[in-house]
Amino acid sequence: MTSPARAVEPPLLSVKNLSVAFPTEDGLVQAVDDVSFSVEKGKTLAIVGESGSGKSVTAQAIMGLIDRKAARMTGEIWLDGQELIGLPADEMQALRGSQVAMIFQDPMSSLHPFYRVGAQITEAIFAHRSVGAKAARAEALEMLQRVGIPAAERRIDDYPHQLSGGMRQRVMIAMALINKPALLIADEPTTALDVTVQAQILGLIGSLQSEFQITVIMITHDLGIVADVADDVAVMYGGRIVEVAPTSVLYHQPEMPYTLGLLSSVPRMDRDVSMRLEPIPGNPPSPIRLPPGCVFAPRCKYVDRVPGGACASARPELLHAAPDHLVRCHLPSEERQQIAQDLLRVLAGGAA
Amino acid sequence: MTETRAPNTLTPSSPAVAPGVAGAVAPDTLLRVDNLVKHFEIRGGLLGMSRVGAVKAVDGVSFSVRRGEALGLVGESGCGKTTLGKVILRLLPATSGRVEMDGQVLFDIPARGEPRRRPVYASNEAMKKVRQNMQVVFQDPYASLNPRMSVGELVGEGPLVHGMTDKKEREALVRDMLGRVGLNQSHIHRYPHEFSGGQRQRIGIARALALHPAFIVCDEPVSALDVSIQSQVLNLLNDLQAELGLTYLFIAHNLAVVEHISDRVGVMYLGKLVEMANVDDIYANPRHPYTVALLSAVPEPDPHRRKKRIILKGDIPSPANPPSGCRFHTRCWLREQLGRPERCTTEEPVLRALGSGQESACHFAEEISPEAVASAVASSGPTVTAEP
Ligand SMILES: Nc1ncnc2c1ncn2[C@@H]1O[C@H](COP(=O)(O)OP(=O)(O)OP(=O)(O)O)[C@@H](O)[C@H]1O
Ligand SMILES: Nc1ncnc2c1ncn2[C@@H]1O[C@H](COP(=O)(O)OP(=O)(O)O)[C@@H](O)[C@H]1O
Ligand code: SF4
Ligand code: SF4
Ligand SMILES: [Mg+2]
Ligand SMILES: [Mg+2]
Repeated sequence: MTSPARAVEPPLLSVKNLSVAFPTEDGLVQAVDDVSFSVEKGKTLAIVGESGSGKSVTAQAIMGLIDRKAARMTGEIWLDGQELIGLPADEMQALRGSQVAMIFQDPMSSLHPFYRVGAQITEAIFAHRSVGAKAARAEALEMLQRVGIPAAERRIDDYPHQLSGGMRQRVMIAMALINKPALLIADEPTTALDVTVQAQILGLIGSLQSEFQITVIMITHDLGIVADVADDVAVMYGGRIVEVAPTSVLYHQPEMPYTLGLLSSVPRMDRDVSMRLEPIPGNPPSPIRLPPGCVFAPRCKYVDRVPGGACASARPELLHAAPDHLVRCHLPSEERQQIAQDLLRVLAGGAA
Repeated sequence: MTETRAPNTLTPSSPAVAPGVAGAVAPDTLLRVDNLVKHFEIRGGLLGMSRVGAVKAVDGVSFSVRRGEALGLVGESGCGKTTLGKVILRLLPATSGRVEMDGQVLFDIPARGEPRRRPVYASNEAMKKVRQNMQVVFQDPYASLNPRMSVGELVGEGPLVHGMTDKKEREALVRDMLGRVGLNQSHIHRYPHEFSGGQRQRIGIARALALHPAFIVCDEPVSALDVSIQSQVLNLLNDLQAELGLTYLFIAHNLAVVEHISDRVGVMYLGKLVEMANVDDIYANPRHPYTVALLSAVPEPDPHRRKKRIILKGDIPSPANPPSGCRFHTRCWLREQLGRPERCTTEEPVLRALGSGQESACHFAEEISPEAVASAVASSGPTVTAEP
């Protein structure tokens, strides 16, 4: 690829110090806490984290879908040279669906149950472009064929409930991509699907991505999907990004103790099954009472290695361990690497 | 049959055996399922009075589970796993078939087309004993626990129903159970909403264990839990099995999770078992085209080993109207490779033993080879289309 050109080209998306908090009866829910990352054009960034870690709220912020009256939002979101948080609602509306599009776990959250799928896709065309009805329908049909809807010329006049779960997912993808957005955010797009259908949908997203040169943010809790599709990975925990790295670095030279915990606790088919899983003790934090220091401190095995009880009192910054590797942890980088390599060696030793 | 046990001590129902060798050491059968069928009638017409069809949720399944063994059951959504578990537990009435648990026949109902005979059901009294011996842990720890009952009441309910009326004795038992599943014993008076998902699942497990069952059906016990919590519960289930010699029917769609828990694995597709084998054999050397595709579809958490997949065409057909012959024939890559032999669409394959001790329900299981799989992978291009 054109790596010299890429080096000077600014990233397509750049999120800086994004924070989103929701005041609720129980207290302030700090859903996203000082999140920064960027994605280069045509690449796939995976955001991985368990439920409640702030993945979807981050995505909604980029899409301009956060209700500004209900939430406190600060920071900057730059898409192709334009800042989105300060954008008036109507301008954001114009961008949504044309420049940025999103697909969800539940296709019915973007499909209207009472309209034919073809009409919904042409509606998405009319919202952003002046195209004649006939041309729009032809375009919708072509897209339905492209996403693998069988007998699309018949299915185009179906209602969503007449389609299977996998086909609805395909229709939602067709609708999201019909205006050739620069950025596609996929929020757990296959979590509700069976693995054989998941394989179809991930394959489809991948091939459309290279065909249309789309930049993708893939949100998931599945480390298998991340390894499969992502160029870079951001790990979220308790509303914060705790580690960012190129995919192979994250899996083979991880540094943040939470990432290590994830990698060693998830059962895997490529590891010796007689080996005991190493669970992360305890539970994810409540977003209302986030720990004052490191968000992972209540579950971290290594707090005692950091002098002065800093893990519990001082918030670690997301710092460079290498030019493309960021880690949020008080431990020195060499020590983290040592811990990780020892752990990975044990895990690999068990493999057949 | 089952020994009587002291009410507040938990004794193994069989000598504890290490997972993985259970089958070899304890060959006696605890559960036997023969030709089990469960059809849900689809009613239609005026006032829904006429029978217009049936969802064939479980359609002729036979297998047995050895004492101390964990039998995993995998398959995609709607293939009949939950229904199978519920029918075995008699939480749902069977359409036909026979289930025997620890020497006691739970029911024996003749199939359609079989010579007519009277169906046999275990008496209520016999069922009460059996129920004590087989318990269930459900997927959703939020929905399966009554929110108005305290932990003490939830865990102590079964023993109370089964005659442990002494309150002190019950509380001692509940505390013992809470300790065993890793919950704080002082939380006995708390209510489910005060616990996290993983803790609620532990309550569900304590509740199932309280009657000292030999056999537990675990239906997706970790799929509703956060990834970092799943392994806590899996380890607990593994430990309890080794400690108490429990026998599991472990239902899940996550193949890595099933591999971790199971000694043997059965693969279901559209109400049928299509393959059954020891866990190592089935993962290393699947002998049914569906199992091959299923295993190849699981993304591996290692970017250095991005897998080439067999991508199946289309979705799972409706269990109300399964394809003729082999139910997998509409999506089968091996059938395509073999030039669409007629037998696949005309003759229903039965689960048969292959030389290796594996059982497969494919007419052409012997044709599955590394070369055949490689060529199926190669023809699964990136642009995939669904079939009607
Ligand atoms: N009470 C019912 N009435 C009618 N059909 C039913 C009923 N319960 C289940 N079914 C159908 O029977 C089939 C098997 O369902 P079952 O719940 O056993 O699947 P499963 O393998 O457990 O799936 P999952 O992985 O989604 O839990 C499905 O087609 C389902 O829709
Ligand atoms: N509109 C809202 N009001 C209050 N809290 C919210 C709202 N949306 C999300 N949250 C909370 O913010 C946190 C992060 O949520 P989310 O981004 O959806 O997590 P996930 O990583 O699972 O996608 C959670 O604790 C969630 O309950
Ligand atoms: S900062 Fe401390 S608590 Fe947080 S991950 Fe590092 S060692 Fe663990
Ligand atoms: S019997 Fe035919 S259709 Fe069925 S799995 Fe075997 S090859 Fe495929
Ligand atoms: Mg989410
Ligand atoms: Mg089920």
